[in-house]
Amino acid sequence: MAKLNMVKALNLALLQEMERDPDVLIIGEDVGVDGGVFRVTEDLHRKFGSTRVVDSPLAEAGIIGASVGMALYGLKPICEIQFSGFAFQCFHQIENHAARYRMRTQGRFGCQMVVRMPYGGGVRALEHHSESEEQFYAHIPGLKMVIPSGPRNARALLASAIRDPDPVIFFEAKALYHAAKEDVPDEIETMEIGRARIDRPGHDLTVVAYGAMVRVAREAADRLHEEDGVETEIVDLLTISPPDRETLAASVRKTGRAVIVHEAPKSFGPGAEIATSIMEGAFLSLEAPILRVTAHDVPFVGFARERANLPDVPRLLAACRETLKF
Amino acid sequence: MPRTNIEPQFTVEHLSVLDADGNLDSAVEPPIPPDELKRLYRSMVLARRFDERMLRLQRQGRIGTFAPIKGQEAAQLGSVATLRRTDWMVPSFRETASMLWRGWPMEKMLLFFAGYLEGGQPTADQHDLPVCIPVSTQLPHAVGLAYAAQYRGDDAVVMVYCGDGATSEGDFHEAMNFAGVWHVPVVFVIQNNQWAISIPLKKQTNSRTIAQKALAYGFPGIQVDGNDVLAVYAASQEAVSRARQGNGPTLVECVTYRLGVHTTSDDPTKYRSAEEVASWERKDPLTRFSAYLQKRGLLEPGLEEQVDREIAAAVRSFEATAGADPLTMFDHAYAERLPALEAQRTAMQARFEHAAGERPAGAAPAPPSHESAATGGDDAAPASPPMRGQRRPWRS
Repeated sequence: MAKLNMVKALNLALLQEMERDPDVLIIGEDVGVDGGVFRVTEDLHRKFGSTRVVDSPLAEAGIIGASVGMALYGLKPICEIQFSGFAFQCFHQIENHAARYRMRTQGRFGCQMVVRMPYGGGVRALEHHSESEEQFYAHIPGLKMVIPSGPRNARALLASAIRDPDPVIFFEAKALYHAAKEDVPDEIETMEIGRARIDRPGHDLTVVAYGAMVRVAREAADRLHEEDGVETEIVDLLTISPPDRETLAASVRKTGRAVIVHEAPKSFGPGAEIATSIMEGAFLSLEAPILRVTAHDVPFVGFARERANLPDVPRLLAACRETLKF
Repeated sequence: MPRTNIEPQFTVEHLSVLDADGNLDSAVEPPIPPDELKRLYRSMVLARRFDERMLRLQRQGRIGTFAPIKGQEAAQLGSVATLRRTDWMVPSFRETASMLWRGWPMEKMLLFFAGYLEGGQPTADQHDLPVCIPVSTQLPHAVGLAYAAQYRGDDAVVMVYCGDGATSEGDFHEAMNFAGVWHVPVVFVIQNNQWAISIPLKKQTNSRTIAQKALAYGFPGIQVDGNDVLAVYAASQEAVSRARQGNGPTLVECVTYRLGVHTTSDDPTKYRSAEEVASWERKDPLTRFSAYLQKRGLLEPGLEEQVDREIAAAVRSFEATAGADPLTMFDHAYAERLPALEAQRTAMQARFEHAAGERPAGAAPAPPSHESAATGGDDAAPASPPMRGQRRPWRS
């Protein structure tokens, strides 16, 4: 057991999965000698050499396209896209190919691969370094989409993603990389993809969050407890696609009220799918309309205005109180 | 400081073995055993006649849109014939001849163009990727396959196809660059057929050749007469053996011509002249190769009738295929059927059973106006008790 931040926890998962399976390799920009711009692949190059920790040319479509080929051959590539904002340059390789080869070949080939990308705001970064684009990947049949919320689940989910036979898009919240340390067991730990976790039990209100927004949800839940005597249940989604509809519905059948919080823009975002899942599974239990607290439907606003755009505790609190009063 | 010339002199060769009348330049003739020559010609005839038959089937509405290969048989067969079964072949969408050579059954190819995904399923021991429709996006896959072969220590070579239009795409350049940097065993076969739908080569690139594009990425490129099967074979064999020996990638530009339509939805008379087509018909790869074989006494009589019988049998077998079972659409989206897909499949099955009047006792029909609820309520969560007494199920 060691106290690790998310960067170190992810690094541990990579190290252990590479040790246990020689078909696992890493490919991306600056992942080798430099250890990745966020240091997630640090020292792996030294341990596994440059054919297993591959510093690729600077080309996202090449990285994903070549990884698709490696996966078709039977290797298990882990690709690092330096920032999720640059992944549109390989979006076609993900959507047209990684997600589809299994279907296209009727099961003859699959793409066992993980695409890791840092996403999200709150780190005072320039355009293309702060956005949240999980909705695009969550919408693609054939992909799985995972977003951990802390060091321990990040490590366990990454190990599971690497072992998953289907392509997994793995988003890492930049705001969480160095945010907190957690006890992470030394021995290998995995976590089922497709399962949400109850981050905090409660019976008055459900807040659905994932990634960096789980922190916001926790703080709001504390305030609701202290100031309003309200017990909030936080559902930490962890897997965006396929979503754990059972856990979502079960929570709202208990609480009757739900607020969804995410950093992606509102319209057609993950909140819409989450809300629909709740409607389908807990309609007769709902006491109030489901509310969404999200970024606004505007392109990148610049980090000078970012705090006004991203969900924060006051906005989430206001939404929770609105739904409680309904 | 003066300007200095740092660039070494690059050369781009053009190779031609047979002239338009099938006369041989024996100095560059590749050593191909007579049986292999006969097999090559037979495959060219089969590919040509199968392609023509597919065109008729498409016009009759028996298969959908496809991209005919007429005129490109030598470019495809001269290259693919230099591969071993254990090598990899990565097609774009106009490689019927290469695919036939690699053992794709005609029935399967017809199924593919009739809209069945089953037609794109390689067999377990087949090292081919299926048809790839987005232009040039298969090229990085080939580079990844080649990297993986090298990583595993296998001596497999990867041959990947694209057209002249594909050389304008970013993926072409990314794939070439990765291949050069990684020094992997891949052979890029570019079928320069002069036209990308209505765009002639001149509007596609300002490079004098496509072959020279390889030089910028640090590996050799060669241009060959793509309607000369012996020239294509010679250049491909050299490229494949270079790759197998660990000496990296090669680009082989086959200068050829699409004698027919881009796809069956295209009308080429809008953008190119009959004279131009006629001039390329005089360079037909089949005529040239058969003239050469005739001189060598290797031409088999009755070949056309023989392949036509094979094609007819394949068409009969294709048309006898049972209709597609829609329920199998859920089988290969993921390695395992996810709960949401299981629920959608169950809902579809119930709709079919209902439509067929075979509704199982006790199963409620999906109300048509609530179809999305029936298909989207994926987890079939148990109904919760009404919290507000006024709400009632919409029908009992």
